Amino acid sequence: MGLLGCQTQSGAFPKGDASERMRGFAVRVLSRRDPLFLAGERTGHDQVRHREGARERAMAEKFFSQLKCRECGRTYPALATHVCEFDFGPLEADYNYSAIGAALNRKVIESRPGTMWRYRELLPIVGDPTVGQQVGFTPLVKADRLAKALGVKACYVKNDTVNHPTLSFKDRVVAVALSRARELGFKVVACASTGNLANSVAANAASAGMESWVLIPADLEQNKVLNSIVYGTNVVGIEGAYDAVNRLCSEIAGKYGWGFVNVNLRPYYAEGSKTFGYEIMEQLGWRIPRHTVVCMASGSLLTKIHKAYGEFTKLGLVEKDGFSIHGAQATGCNPITAARKGGTDLIRPVPHPKTIAKSLAIGTPADGYYAVKSMAKTGGWSEDATDEEIIAGVQLLAETEGIFAETAGGVTVACAKKLVATGKIPKDEEVVLCITGHGLKTVEALTGHLAAPSKIKPSLKEFDSLISSGLAKARVKV
Amino acid sequence: MPISISIPTPLRALTGQKDTVEVDSKDVHGMLGDLEKAYPGIYERLVDDQGEVRRFVNIYVGGEDIRFLQNQQTPLKAGDEVSIVPAIAGG
Repeated sequence: MGLLGCQTQSGAFPKGDASERMRGFAVRVLSRRDPLFLAGERTGHDQVRHREGARERAMAEKFFSQLKCRECGRTYPALATHVCEFDFGPLEADYNYSAIGAALNRKVIESRPGTMWRYRELLPIVGDPTVGQQVGFTPLVKADRLAKALGVKACYVKNDTVNHPTLSFKDRVVAVALSRARELGFKVVACASTGNLANSVAANAASAGMESWVLIPADLEQNKVLNSIVYGTNVVGIEGAYDAVNRLCSEIAGKYGWGFVNVNLRPYYAEGSKTFGYEIMEQLGWRIPRHTVVCMASGSLLTKIHKAYGEFTKLGLVEKDGFSIHGAQATGCNPITAARKGGTDLIRPVPHPKTIAKSLAIGTPADGYYAVKSMAKTGGWSEDATDEEIIAGVQLLAETEGIFAETAGGVTVACAKKLVATGKIPKDEEVVLCITGHGLKTVEALTGHLAAPSKIKPSLKEFDSLISSGLAKARVKV
Repeated sequence: MPISISIPTPLRALTGQKDTVEVDSKDVHGMLGDLEKAYPGIYERLVDDQGEVRRFVNIYVGGEDIRFLQNQQTPLKAGDEVSIVPAIAGG
């Protein structure tokens, strides 16, 4: 048996030798509806349209056609599978970079609509995207007031609090995962989630007319639960931490044959995060920032931003340049930061995460090992923030830049502050902060920390006395 | 009393679909050898060329990861429960 010939035990794809399996894949792809037709384009005669569609698919397959084990390099057909059958290493999308390099340059990218799909050749789908076509290309804000507060020369905020449609960076990964799920013929999609992913799967599945199930820890913030239910998804609260939810999802994916965006569709899902990094580089004027601070739950976003910087360099879209990627976690769930600080790549799981940054509360981070490696390789460091520091971070970002981030954003700001204070980010350099979700999703965390509104009768006299008493400025906590 | 080992789904093809098997070994290293004798092929799925337990394989003795005990030298005694669990992707 060749490299592809390891036996299938999981039943995730057709049994048989590699060539049979690959043929199975080709048949699936060719039986899809014409992507040009799906996109609503009219190229004239039906036959021409059909030919154009076939050509486009052939081009797409040239860019991406298989999965590859990140550990041993064994290759697999691009189906719903995420773990190497031989050594259990994670599977990743495998690209043909010379074909991509021939098709993609700055001019081509700049001519496309302002969405994450402007980097389409670097994403693992075969046809045109059919889910989440409007996602991404969120603002990169030059944050001068925040830079001053942090004591650093220049600061930018990559603001995914306004990502479409569910106000977090998860819309990027879901757009890729669900587009690929459709290509693979899934009717039901699902996810294990700490909240943001559930919101995004629910919304994007609804707009695509797909059935969805989201499994979340039962104690999540009320707004995050409501923000899933409203889309008509099936929400199941699990009595246990995220890691228990995740384990259950692996079992369900095997038994029910659903497309779990972060389990069996993970190789596609994870690649969506790269667009966060592509956009930072393009919006900075086609260059890599000297420092990037990224919050970490599983550690996947950090590793994918690192990959994005590497890919653009390899493709000649940006100059080769030195950069450091730093990680940020909550003190109550800091397994990756602890490993980085301890000088090891062994991740010691946190069995009972305890932090207000619930979207980061993953005690057994799947990509922790790779995140530590990315930080070490780029000279990045890692910090963590207490609940009080997280709230102060949310407030600082809001008061200096007018951006209301969820608690995970507070983690990023608080850790950036520490990185500058300890000299890990020199004061005369620039930093990009990755802000990944909107503050309205985690309002409970701020209860008791903000000033109460002043209350007066509708009289100018009362207003005058309010101003003169200076009460309006008092920070009475509600 | 022997030591019971729970086998994850992807390895059950090698154990005749048994989800739990029993061995009588002194430590984890010995257990891996005993498993190979009983179920040929299982060793190389769990251990790499350098003799280390593969990165994405977790072996727990009494609920604790052997990497935080004594690795393959972690002693085993009668009645111990060992779990072999592939790392779960997620997040």
